[in-house]
Amino acid sequence: MTHWIARQRYLIDFTLAALARRKVRNIGLLLVFSLLVFAIASVMLFTSALRAEAARVLAASPEVILQRLVAGRHDLIPPGYIERIGRVRGVQRIEGRLWGYYYDPVVKANYTFQVLADNPPAPGSIVVGAGLARFRGVRPGNTLSFRSYAGRLFSFTVTEVLPASAELVSSDLVLLSEADFRAFFDYPAGHYTDIALSVANPLETRTVATKLSTLLPDSRPILRDEVLRTYASIFDWREGIVLTLLSAALLAFGILAWDKASGLSAEERREIGILKAIGWETGDVIRMKLWEGLLVALSAFLTGYLAAYLHVFHFSAAFLAPVLKGWAVLYPRYTLTPAIDGLQIATLFLFTVFPYAVAVLVPIWRAAITDPDAVMRA
Amino acid sequence: MPRRPSSRLLIALGILLAALAATFVDAARLAARDAPAARARAELAARLRVTDLVLFTEARYTRHPTQADLHSAFQDHPMSFEHFPSGSLLMPPAPPSPRPETGALPAAGSQP
Amino acid sequence: MIELKDIHKAFNQGRENEYWALSGIDLTLEGRKVTALRGPSGSGKTTLLTILGCLARPTRGRIRLKEEDVSGLPERFLTGVRRSTFGFVFQQFNLVRGLSALENVMLPAYPLGLPRHELLARAEARLAGLQLGHRREARVEWLSGGEQQRVAIARALINDPEIVIADEPTANLDTALSRQFMGILEALVDEGRTVILTSHDPLVVESTVVDRVVTLRDGRIVDPGNAA
Repeated sequence: MTHWIARQRYLIDFTLAALARRKVRNIGLLLVFSLLVFAIASVMLFTSALRAEAARVLAASPEVILQRLVAGRHDLIPPGYIERIGRVRGVQRIEGRLWGYYYDPVVKANYTFQVLADNPPAPGSIVVGAGLARFRGVRPGNTLSFRSYAGRLFSFTVTEVLPASAELVSSDLVLLSEADFRAFFDYPAGHYTDIALSVANPLETRTVATKLSTLLPDSRPILRDEVLRTYASIFDWREGIVLTLLSAALLAFGILAWDKASGLSAEERREIGILKAIGWETGDVIRMKLWEGLLVALSAFLTGYLAAYLHVFHFSAAFLAPVLKGWAVLYPRYTLTPAIDGLQIATLFLFTVFPYAVAVLVPIWRAAITDPDAVMRA
Repeated sequence: MPRRPSSRLLIALGILLAALAATFVDAARLAARDAPAARARAELAARLRVTDLVLFTEARYTRHPTQADLHSAFQDHPMSFEHFPSGSLLMPPAPPSPRPETGALPAAGSQP
Repeated sequence: MIELKDIHKAFNQGRENEYWALSGIDLTLEGRKVTALRGPSGSGKTTLLTILGCLARPTRGRIRLKEEDVSGLPERFLTGVRRSTFGFVFQQFNLVRGLSALENVMLPAYPLGLPRHELLARAEARLAGLQLGHRREARVEWLSGGEQQRVAIARALINDPEIVIADEPTANLDTALSRQFMGILEALVDEGRTVILTSHDPLVVESTVVDRVVTLRDGRIVDPGNAA
C-alpha cells in the first residue's frame, strides 16, 4: 500500500511539474473551469435553498384554495358560494379571501393588497411589508396615499411594518381592513377573490376537492400539494433559464478543454516516448495523465463550489440577482438559509470531474501504446 | 530541500476538502441561527394564508405562480418573461402616448 | 551477456515502403566491455541498438539476455527488463524540458516507488559524481550541451543498470567534452558495467577504452571486430 502511494506521488510530482511548464495556460484553464463550476453551483445552491424555504413556509398554507373561472379566467366568487361549500363534509374552516394587485405609478412597482382575516387593521390604517416600506421610505405613523383604479385618492396611516426577516413572504404586502379594501377597489359587496379551506383530515383533501368540483362546476380547487409542486417546478424552470444561458459558456469550455486535453502536442508525444524508453510502463503514463485530469478537475470543482457557497449564502447571491430579479421593481431582500442538496453536488462533481479526466485520457491512450524506440528514430 | 510539489498540492487539496466539509458545518450553523426567523416567517405565512413567496413582483403569474392562470401572455408587464418560449420572440406593442396618469395597470410598453 | 541470433528487422512491413533495416545479425556481446557499433548512416546500427536495449522487438530472430530469451516477452515485461537492466543515453539527450536536472535524473525510478529521500540521495550522488551537484536545481534547457549529456548519463545510471546504451554520444560535443565523455565511459566499465554504443567518431572508435568495434553496412555485420 505504501509502495502504491509512493508510486502515485511520484506520478503526481511529474504531472505537476509538467503542468507548471505552461503555467499561464493551465492556470487560465483552471480559472475558466472554476468559474463555470461556480456559476452552475451558485444556481444549484440558490434554487435548492429557495425550494427548501418554499417547502418550509408554504407547509402551513391553506389546504385548498377555490377559484372561480369564467371563460377560462379568474373571476370573483359571487355571494352564496361559501354557504354552499359549508355543506361539504370534511371541511373544517371556510374563509373568503380578499386580495388583489395594485400598480403604483409613482415608483412603477406592483403591490399586493390583502385583507387580513384575523385581527385586521382598523379602517384607515394599513400594515405594510418591509420591502414596500423601504421602497416608499415609510415608517409606522407615516401616511401613504394611493390613487385607486377608479381615480380617487386614498390615504392610509401605516401602523406597522412587517419584520424584515419575513420579506420573503410579505415584502410587497399592504394589509388593510375589509371595508377599506372594498372601497378602494370598488369591490362588489358579498364577493370574494377566492376561498381558502382547511380540511380536517389531510388524507381527505383530494376527496373534498372532487366534491367541490362537482358542487361548483365553475370552480378550480388548488391543493396545497399542487402549490408545493408548483414551487418545486417553477425553480426548475428559472434554473433552466440560467442553465440555458450557461450552456453557451459550457459549450465553449467543452471545446477549450477538449482542445487542451485531447490535442497532444508533438512535444508531449516526444515526452511520452522518452518516459517509455527510460522504463515507464504504458500504465504509468496513463495513470500519470489520469492524475493530471483528476487533479485539475478536482481543484476546479472544489474552488468553484466553495466560491459559490460563499457567494450565495454570505454575499446574498449578488451575481445571480440580476437574472432572478427579472423585471420586478420591488425585489425582496432576503438571506437564504442554506439547504445543500448533497445529491445535486455529487451530480455536479460527476459531471465536471469525469468528462475532463476522460478527455485527457483519450489521446494519451493512443500515444502511450506507440513503440518506445520512436525516440531513437526521431 | 524544497517541499515536494505533490505534498504542496495534497496539502492544498486537503484544505479545500476541509473547506468543503466546513460548508456543511456552516450551513448547519446558519440554519440554526435562522431557525427563529424561519419559524416566525412560517407563522406569519400561516396567519396571512400565504400561498406564494414574494420573489418576482413584476407579473401576476410570477407574484402568485400557484394562483395565476399561466396561459395568458404579457399579463402585467409588457416585457415580462413568458412561461412559453415564444413569448420572448414577440416584441411588445409601441407605447401609447400620452400615458394616462390614472394609476390603472400600465398599458403595454410603459417601460423600455 | 547478450546473444543475438539471425535478427531481422523490417519497418512498414507488408506495405509498399517496406524496408529491412537489419537482415540476419548474429552477435554475442560480452559483459564488462565497451562495444562500439560503427557504420555509415542507414547501416542499421541505431536499429540494432534499439533491439539490444529491448526498446524494440525484432521482426525475426532471437535475443538472449543473460541466458534468458527476451524476444518473446510481452511489452509489460520488456519494460521491466529495460528499466532494471539498461540505462540509455540518447543522441539528443532526450531530457524532459521544464524539469530540473535532479527531476530528470530521478524520472526512470518514479515507477519503482522508492522512498523519496532514498531516491533523492541516489540522484544527488549521481549528479555529484559527474560534477553537476551545483546545477541540480537548474532546468535542463538552461544547461550547456556537455552538462545536458552528463544529466542524461546520470539519468541512465539512476536504476543502477548493468548495461549502458549510448547512441552517438559524442555527436553533439566538441573534442574536449568528447574526451571527458570517454573518461566517464572508462569509469563506468571500472564500476563493472557493460557499455554498448554507436558512433562513427574516430575519437570514440579508435579510443583504447573501446574493447570491440562491430562494423555494419546495409543491415549486415561486415566486421564483427575482435570478439574474444
